[in-house]
Amino acid sequence: MTYGLFIDYGYCTGCHTCEVACKKEHHLKKGQWGIHVLQDGPRQKEDGSWEFTYIPLPTSLCDLCGERVGVGRLPMCVHHCQAGVMEFGELEELVKLQSRTPNSVVFRPAVG
Amino acid sequence: MKKYSEELYRTDRHWKEGGFDVYRSTHWSAPGCHNGCGLVYYVKNGKLDHVEGDPNAAFNQGRLCIRCLNQLEAIYSEDRIVHPMRRDPERRGDDDAWEQCSWDEAYDLIEENVRRIQQEYGSESIVGLVGTGRDVNCQLALTCYVAFKTPNLACGFLTGDSCMLPRMAGTMITHGDCPVADMSQFSELRYDDPRYEWPEVCLIWGNNPIVSNGDGFFGHWIVDAMRRGGTKLVVVDPEVTWLAAHAEVLLQVRPATDAALAMSMINVVIEEDLYDHDFVERWTYGFDELSERVRDWTPERAAEICGIDAEGIRRAARLFGSARPAALQWGLATDAHANGVHEVHAIMALSALTGNLEVPGGMRMARLPWDMELSYSCGWKWLDPELQAKRLGNTMSPMHQFGVTACAQADCMLNAIETGDPYPIKMLYLEGTNPIANMGAEAPRVYEAMMKMDFNVVLDYVLTPTASAACDLFLPIAMAAERTSIREWWAPTRACMPVVDPQGEARSDNQITIDLINRLNPELAHEVFHDITTEAELCQWQITYNAHNAPEGQTFADQVEKVATWPQVEYFRHEKGLLRTDGKPGFNTATGRIELYSPAFASFGLDPLPKYEEPWESPISSPEKFEEYPVIITTGHRSWEFFHSEGRNQETMRELHPDPLFDVNPETAELYGIGEGDWCWIENGRGRCRQRAHLTPQMEPGVINAEHGWWFPETEANAPNLFGVFDSNINNLTTQMAYGETGYGAPYKGFLCKIYRCTPENSTPTPTEVIANGGWDYERITMSNHDKIVRSSERAC
Repeated sequence: MTYGLFIDYGYCTGCHTCEVACKKEHHLKKGQWGIHVLQDGPRQKEDGSWEFTYIPLPTSLCDLCGERVGVGRLPMCVHHCQAGVMEFGELEELVKLQSRTPNSVVFRPAVG
Repeated sequence: MKKYSEELYRTDRHWKEGGFDVYRSTHWSAPGCHNGCGLVYYVKNGKLDHVEGDPNAAFNQGRLCIRCLNQLEAIYSEDRIVHPMRRDPERRGDDDAWEQCSWDEAYDLIEENVRRIQQEYGSESIVGLVGTGRDVNCQLALTCYVAFKTPNLACGFLTGDSCMLPRMAGTMITHGDCPVADMSQFSELRYDDPRYEWPEVCLIWGNNPIVSNGDGFFGHWIVDAMRRGGTKLVVVDPEVTWLAAHAEVLLQVRPATDAALAMSMINVVIEEDLYDHDFVERWTYGFDELSERVRDWTPERAAEICGIDAEGIRRAARLFGSARPAALQWGLATDAHANGVHEVHAIMALSALTGNLEVPGGMRMARLPWDMELSYSCGWKWLDPELQAKRLGNTMSPMHQFGVTACAQADCMLNAIETGDPYPIKMLYLEGTNPIANMGAEAPRVYEAMMKMDFNVVLDYVLTPTASAACDLFLPIAMAAERTSIREWWAPTRACMPVVDPQGEARSDNQITIDLINRLNPELAHEVFHDITTEAELCQWQITYNAHNAPEGQTFADQVEKVATWPQVEYFRHEKGLLRTDGKPGFNTATGRIELYSPAFASFGLDPLPKYEEPWESPISSPEKFEEYPVIITTGHRSWEFFHSEGRNQETMRELHPDPLFDVNPETAELYGIGEGDWCWIENGRGRCRQRAHLTPQMEPGVINAEHGWWFPETEANAPNLFGVFDSNINNLTTQMAYGETGYGAPYKGFLCKIYRCTPENSTPTPTEVIANGGWDYERITMSNHDKIVRSSERAC
């Protein structure tokens, strides 16, 4: 089975919870991230509306919380995501979810 | 999608798992927070190993913000103070002067000072100061009213009592309750409650709830509503926040002009017949008078004042006015305006006009499930009426005079310190507040006031700039994971239990309160508190003797096992006679209706209808000042990393947010030759401070948004540096005593400044140096010149 992360980034608020949850779980040093929130915008579009998007990007340090998942927990970022926009699961299922969710993405980190 | 295993997250309070003792509890500070989320603590060998959000806590549903996730860094920080310390008042500001002492010695010192001041000046010369978001409200109240026998509990130099109190005071009169956006948070079933409906529209006014989580409201519930309920947003904010960028309509108002906008939205709702005729007819009072009042408040008129587009106002009013249900999530901005109470009256009228009160997904009249008096009124009834009558600010405004007050008024307290009128103040007892760094407007003046005291006590967990500057006795407090407490704000009723022993000799605020009552007022300790000695007994006492609606025979022990107890939720309580003490249908006001026209305001000599007042210092009301200070500034917005002035000592927080920032439009930055990340001076006639520029189109040109609460624990504690508290302190620019006619609300948001890039030539003297040499030279607003400088229509206290 191949596992990954689904993120409904249209509703990611950039709250840093995934970053810090991951940092605590993996005892990452200052400057290191297992998942990192990227930002696009804010900028105003020609019709006056705004583009302001965050997207958490799992880094090469992401191990999909193998140890936690092994005993029946969720990855730290998924468990704590304040906007509730992250899912962990089998890739095929995540892709199905993605196909019915606009502004979403599925990541398959190397360890997946 | 994978789910967690339910065997790992049980509903018990405690279980064993691998090498861990696992405990469920709720967070009730420190670190400070308004929320009280459910936590799962993992403890190994008596030490907290890690923490997770409790998926069985319906409040936060497993989610946590970074401040809770990072709490081990706070609990086990090297900066944490874990023994009581005393210092000779002659050596304030000298970090080498601290001497560790025992709790008994600390209490001796308090007793000695309290007795001396009681005898020489009267117990009213002692003031307890409170901050926000710490488990200190009823504790400080009991310490003041019962142990010290002073009527004076005040917000920590918070001019205009500008946090929640203006909203509470206003809506308690016009609504008889405190209306809160219904995100199903009163029901344990939450979104699965079959009666619940998602709001069609949520109007977010003057706050960024996903960051601030103010007043017991978990901000990401708004995102739940957007994502799962399809809720559309209308956002009123001077800054394009993430929520604002995702709104159907964004109204980017000039700071502190919100009441003008609200008046025009009422105008549209009435003129375009969007109001709920049946609700207005049956449940509101003074609709005709309100209609008359807003008749000339056209969107065009408000648009000009607020600096926005009239069509946007129409779209917002139509969207909100046509939605059923519609919620209104408001925040601190209304409190931090001198026009606060009138603004509150205007904004909340929108929900009443559209019949969105007591409906699922609308506005709920928020009540505490067991109605425990855990706030500033706790213990007031045991204070001698003669002392009650001496509370500072009792006669400040007609509202205070008629008893619409929760605590001593902060400006009146400062006035008493500075002038000795109506009596001198000799001792401050600061529980969970850091006014020089955080919310004390005109910070150098607050510092000066504190230094006049005979004796200052600070209760905190790190040495704050306030403690370093002016404290003579430091009492180290226990963190949330180390304390026993009970909490209601709003639902559910929550227990907070220790999962590890406090570090060193730290004690909880509950414990310190009970210790001081036993020591200083043995008579009441026996008669009222039945000689209790522990935190848990105090919690039981709150349930048994200080709750109006707790279940018969309820024990604290049972509450601890349950962790959280949820109330039964009723909607439409006004129709069922469930809101009024007389059991009749209606709202809990004098008229039984929502008072669009308030007879109570009229009897106080205040305007009975909503109104707009131009801020005291603005391009319109002070054009000459505006020539010299052409930038409008707002302050006090929250950041993810810090709860007000907390967290600056945590590496993870500083990694994400190393420096103080102000947001400025690139066009404005270019005008002043400012680039991204440049350190800049922000200055006005009262003082200056330095922060780094963040260039962003989120701000309108000519308006900046500057941070508060900054200090630098990595720098020297000694005076004059005091952890650099003055160098980036935005409260060098704010003022005390520019409150409005009700005494509620003062201009932390919406005043004037100029900005320029820091250079070696213009950077001396630093604010620290200026303040060490007596401060900036300008005419301070006082109670005696207030009418002349600020306005002429009101009375001093």
